[in-house]
Amino acid sequence: MANHKTSNASQTTREAQELLSVRHLKTYFPIKSGVLQRVTGYVKAVDDISFKLYPGQTMSLVGESGCGKTTAGRTILRLTPKSAGDVLFEGKDIYQLDAQELRALRPQMQLIFQDPYSSLSPRMPVGEIIAEAPRQHHIVPKAQFDAYIDKIMKDCGLQPYHRDRYPHEFSGGQRQRICIARALALNPKFIVCDEPVSALDVSIQAQIINLLMDLQAQYNLTYLFISHDLSVVEHISDLIGVMYLGDLVERGTKKEVFARPLHPYTQALFSAIPVPDPDYKMNRIILEGSIPSPANPPAGCKFHTRCRYCMAICKQQVPPSYEVEPGHVVNCHLYAGSPVVDDLVGSDDMEQQLTREKLAASGDIAAGAATARGQLSAEEIVSETLKEEARADSQGAVLDRGRKWMQEREQQLERMQADRRQVETAAAALQDEAAPAVRPDDSSKTEESLK
Amino acid sequence: MRKYIVKRLLWSILILFFVSFLIYLLMRSLPSSYVETVARERAAANPQVSYKQWLERLNELYGLNVNPLQGFFIWLSQALRGHFGDSWYYGVPVTQKFGSVIWYSFALGAAALIFQVALAIPLGIQSARKQYSTLDYATTVFALIGISLPGFFFITILKMVFAVNLGWFDLNGIVGRMHDTYSPFRQFLDICQHMVLPTLNLVIIGTGSLLRYTRTNMLEVLNSDYIRTARAEGLSERRVINHHAFRNTLIPLVTIIGGTLPGLFSGALITETLFKIPGIGYTSYEAMLAGDIPFTMFYLTFMAILTLLGTLISDVLYAVVDPRVRVS
Amino acid sequence: MARKSQKSANYLSARTIRRTAKENRRITRQFEQKLNRKHVAPSEYATTMKDPANVLEVEDLKTYFFTDAGTVKAVDGVSFTVPRGKTIGLVGESGCGKSVTSLSIMQLLQRPQGQIVSGAIRLTQDQGQAVDITQMPISAMEKIRGKDISMIFQEPMTSLNPVFKIGSQLDEVIGLHNPDMSREAVKERTIEMLELVSIANSRAVYDMYPHQLSGGMRQRVMIAIALACSPKVIIADEPTTALDVTIQAQILDILRRLKDQINSSIVLITHDLGVIAEMADEVVVMYAGRIVEKGTVEEIFKHPSHPYTLGLMASKPVVSRHVERLYSIPGNVPNPIEMPDYCYFRDRCDRAFAPCFGEYPPMISLSPTHKVACYCYQQSADTKE
Ligand SMILES: Nc1ncnc2c1ncn2[C@@H]1O[C@H](COP(=O)(O)OP(=O)(O)OP(=O)(O)O)[C@@H](O)[C@H]1O
Ligand code: SF4
Ligand code: SF4
Ligand SMILES: [Mg+2]
Repeated sequence: MANHKTSNASQTTREAQELLSVRHLKTYFPIKSGVLQRVTGYVKAVDDISFKLYPGQTMSLVGESGCGKTTAGRTILRLTPKSAGDVLFEGKDIYQLDAQELRALRPQMQLIFQDPYSSLSPRMPVGEIIAEAPRQHHIVPKAQFDAYIDKIMKDCGLQPYHRDRYPHEFSGGQRQRICIARALALNPKFIVCDEPVSALDVSIQAQIINLLMDLQAQYNLTYLFISHDLSVVEHISDLIGVMYLGDLVERGTKKEVFARPLHPYTQALFSAIPVPDPDYKMNRIILEGSIPSPANPPAGCKFHTRCRYCMAICKQQVPPSYEVEPGHVVNCHLYAGSPVVDDLVGSDDMEQQLTREKLAASGDIAAGAATARGQLSAEEIVSETLKEEARADSQGAVLDRGRKWMQEREQQLERMQADRRQVETAAAALQDEAAPAVRPDDSSKTEESLK
Repeated sequence: MRKYIVKRLLWSILILFFVSFLIYLLMRSLPSSYVETVARERAAANPQVSYKQWLERLNELYGLNVNPLQGFFIWLSQALRGHFGDSWYYGVPVTQKFGSVIWYSFALGAAALIFQVALAIPLGIQSARKQYSTLDYATTVFALIGISLPGFFFITILKMVFAVNLGWFDLNGIVGRMHDTYSPFRQFLDICQHMVLPTLNLVIIGTGSLLRYTRTNMLEVLNSDYIRTARAEGLSERRVINHHAFRNTLIPLVTIIGGTLPGLFSGALITETLFKIPGIGYTSYEAMLAGDIPFTMFYLTFMAILTLLGTLISDVLYAVVDPRVRVS
Repeated sequence: MARKSQKSANYLSARTIRRTAKENRRITRQFEQKLNRKHVAPSEYATTMKDPANVLEVEDLKTYFFTDAGTVKAVDGVSFTVPRGKTIGLVGESGCGKSVTSLSIMQLLQRPQGQIVSGAIRLTQDQGQAVDITQMPISAMEKIRGKDISMIFQEPMTSLNPVFKIGSQLDEVIGLHNPDMSREAVKERTIEMLELVSIANSRAVYDMYPHQLSGGMRQRVMIAIALACSPKVIIADEPTTALDVTIQAQILDILRRLKDQINSSIVLITHDLGVIAEMADEVVVMYAGRIVEKGTVEEIFKHPSHPYTLGLMASKPVVSRHVERLYSIPGNVPNPIEMPDYCYFRDRCDRAFAPCFGEYPPMISLSPTHKVACYCYQQSADTKE
């Protein structure tokens, strides 16, 4: 707990740096009924969430549909009114700002939606979609404006000649790029990404995730990433918050949460992720029933209706936040021995834990354990993964098989490369003259001759 | 549900109040009023009393010597007690005149509606099932002609073909020349015969939109996932269409047809007028031309009530036929 | 200049469209007439299975859509077999023809524009008999749908008829395929089915309307409907894509349990490699309407061979597999109306070499079960022989 102390001591300095701090935020939607539309209850969409974010970080909110992820994101941006709590952006409480101040702050906090189809105006050329808001907000001087938009578009993987095309002429992935460019053009510090890749195909997903991560590095962006796809979340985030029925039930660094999920709900959620490996032994925790209605959540711990560890106390008392490990906070009575923390103190420990992890990782890199895999081909990535898996596998047979296969693979790769070099010139020639003339039955002969 | 209906009714009353007020204002500000016409006639017939004097006396007699606001409230207080006054033009109590003509309109409207529904729904369903077939194109053309060309155009053609050229029906009127000499059954047949052309005309104009509506709805339903599920279950195409798809197409149709039910009493102004059928449409047309304020007020308020009732019925029916609305 | 020509390629003149439409009507009318025939002797579509261990054999299936813009070869020569009691996984990206394949098997394509143009789909019947679905008229097809072969759809929210109660929808299927069951017996069976798919208060659910149930519950009802008559083959088209992971786990669990219980085979369509690895015994990878690789689940996941399969695996982040940067396959899927006459993947392939400039690669066997359509493996196959 020494860390804990120091974090308290450095609190003041930290406060100055942090980009976003959310404290006990709640968003309730009234349920109206009757002739006079009296309020008869509330849907507790977001029910007490707290966390802090520092510049350049990515925090992910995960949870099942209807657990309040999107509402949380929108409330943080003051697009949906809060019911209680504070949202501090660079130390300013955004719910205290008047309309004009808020307008001035808007460019710094942007939102990217799930559906790239409906969030683009169909009658506006792409260049205009991207340029409209920055022009209004005078983000750059007039003289440099065009160059600026071109640069933003280029950074988002769009070509300058795309400027005067319309959204319907683009594919889903490209439209999401347009959405990202539109947000980025306002020079934001903080972007809420609400399921930005859920509507996209796997290979397009990869492009967009890479783009988001590149832009983060380039512009030091801070993301609040909302997703239900845990594998994407694990790839992109530094910090993770798990939501259930409006509550933030567990939060911590990505490594911590994925390595040691503490909350029974998190455990069930993680165990449900399908792993693309047929050898993987399933140890599924299957949750019974479905999410209760947020209008009428269970008393005590909201998860107690589906929890396998449910105890007597769970039905009566709302569990407080326990800091089980530095920076790893969980709302569950199972961890009653651990110190209870005010939410924000936990967040600071989370930050420190992250820094430690980052340092450790860079040490690894220095040791040469990790390579710059960005440049590898698909096959190399897969094979390396398999290599790793094989290494981890305790069974000798599997190891052997893997090794043998890898050797074969490498030989094959070499052969192929040689082959490729050899025929490259031939290919050019083939393309020039023979290609149109190659008849189906000829091709095998051509090949043999090439060999 | 009850609460909802009560709420809707309260709203309707408010709307009715303003609507009737507006109508009254409009009627009062028409350029040539009934009194003026009568005064002019009387002055012409009897030069001793000038037009001005006649006008004054008549204004007093018909209660037009007050300002429109007062006039309206006088009318309203009477109307609330069920006194709609005497028709100026017809000279009998408004309600009596109304009672004597409404059934012609109702019979015409009901016959037309029955034929419309009987034609539009099966044709609409068939043309949706066989999209882009000859049948589909034919019904589309038929529907579009019915929707887009005005009623009087068809009336002229119908009269031309069936009354003038073929001579099967009379040109206009509700009874033939020999009506009084017939036995009661022959009299009824006579009236029916005179209703054929007007009904046909209404069917031509009205079927198109209902048909297109059925077709669009059916197409949408046929492309829905649950129809695919029904087929995947192995149900025969007949059952898929007649049971699963039809029930879903019925939801919007029932509400639309339910909404038109009160309209049966509103009369078909153009058709009745051109065929000289003494229905409510024709009667009120004459009354309006003459500037008969009591009758027109009664008729237009009645229409407003019917319209409000129509939307209410269609909303209530929607909740009745659609389980998704019913429960919440 | 380049842009202009591209534009003219994208925008069709009204005249071309009219001509295509007319031609399409001519072609589809022939198919439709064949499908709509009323009394067809069963011998016309009777056939025998190539391998009696299979329940379903799809051979060189071609399903085209005759649209005004041109012919979309949505499925272009797909062959695979479904052995009894096994699960076949069909993977591929959006638009690669997975759904069209499954709808072809059920003869539920959007008609008249969608038609099975050639190929055979053989389904076993009793006593070593089999039928060829491609030759069956709709009237005969209705008898085997829901009974021998049934389907679970992707959208649980819209796949149940909103105006009928859950109970009556299930009763209908059971009653239809078991005409001599009494009404009470049908109802009992319905309740039993609902319990089988882990719906707790089955008697209450019997009298509910679909909108009163959550997505997961509806998908269970769909599974109950699909399994009600113990079909030989269950086609599950993305059964869990619209659901949350925890609900997905429940549904997959039910599906796996029930499959063994009634001894059916499953054709599982998904784009989630994780789901495939968990559920499938054999995997078929599709790209742009054709099969690029197929094999047992071990072979596909441990020895992925086709460059597309490799790309697909590398581009999906996997929990506990750390990469600095995700791999992304460059380029786009070719236009389905103008498919190239060479390997469809060539323009995106980082391994393309000379032979790839020839015709579409043939299926090459890497092992008796593992097949791949890529020239890279031609030599290894040749040397083996
Ligand atoms: N009714 C239709 N008319 C015209 N083309 C169609 C029709 N249905 C499907 N297609 C085309 O057929 C091809 C294959 O579509 P299919 O639905 O089988 O893809 P899928 O693999 O199931 O994709 P997803 O993962 O999105 O479900 C696509 O190019 C699609 O555009
Ligand atoms: S507090 Fe109790 S019911 Fe809630 S998650 Fe923890 S153990 Fe389960
Ligand atoms: S055949 Fe050639 S282009 Fe096609 S996938 Fe194989 S290597 Fe790539
Ligand atoms: Mg699909």
